[in-house]
Amino acid sequence: MEHKSKYPVSHVVGFLFSLVLTFVAVFVALKMNVSYTIVMWIIGSLAVIQAGLQLFMFMHVTEGEDGKTNVINMAYAVFVAIVIVAGSIWVLTSGHAAH
Amino acid sequence: MSANVNHSLPLEYQTEQNRLNILGFWIFLGAEIVLFATLFAVYGVLGHRYAGGPTPSDIFKLNDVLIQTLLLLTSSFTCGLAVFFMRQRDMKKLLTWFVITLLLGAGFLFMEIREFIHYVHEGATMQTSAFLSSFFVLLGTHGAHVTFGIIWAIMLIIQLLQRGLTPVTARKMFIISLYWHFLDVVWIFILTFVYLKGMVA
Repeated sequence: MEHKSKYPVSHVVGFLFSLVLTFVAVFVALKMNVSYTIVMWIIGSLAVIQAGLQLFMFMHVTEGEDGKTNVINMAYAVFVAIVIVAGSIWVLTSGHAAH
Repeated sequence: MSANVNHSLPLEYQTEQNRLNILGFWIFLGAEIVLFATLFAVYGVLGHRYAGGPTPSDIFKLNDVLIQTLLLLTSSFTCGLAVFFMRQRDMKKLLTWFVITLLLGAGFLFMEIREFIHYVHEGATMQTSAFLSSFFVLLGTHGAHVTFGIIWAIMLIIQLLQRGLTPVTARKMFIISLYWHFLDVVWIFILTFVYLKGMVA
């Protein structure tokens, strides 16, 4: 887990990837001529990729003797987050509209 | 606490207490993810209820949002560099990059507050519509976290200057770096599901 290299290579790579992902998301959202649903799926996926990048390349979620626990904890938090967000929107919009 | 010191590990992992504190902070971040999830859920449900008020494309400005994004993203990177140099026991570089992180964070906060003031002057307040209520609550909670992080970081810098790099100060530095990266992760989703979503159509 100790950084062996003299230069922060993984940080620089992570930063460059993050920049690229951000600008691709902006480009897709504002300049590409595709439907709203497709845009949201693309930029949503890019956001998830970038969040993963931060988690693994900057935060080193897997390091330390509790690395596995961290990953399970984060995975569970993400699961709960998806249930809250998707579930709330589902119940409060489509459920409401059906009545 | 000084028992079981493992010198082969980075400073912040050397004691049992440190390892437990770092694990505890990860669990706290799990709870923070859920906190922000509830606010994103509210925004997802109410975000298109304008009540005759301004819509996202009326008020969002791409340039300002991009500047905020770059400031926060770069600060997350420089914060990673600070921890990288902490592991090389390079106090000077640690402090340099950490102060740069803080300045970038302060720049982000300045831009965000300016943006909010601008919205309020345009008549887009928290009371205007459900869209703006949920918008200000979500963004405000994130901004409050950044504000708290800056205050926390200033106090930690004072402690680093007073005590130097010890397992305790290194652990504190590592934990605030997790917090700071986490704020950038939240911002990625704000950029995507609030700003870009609002500016698509």
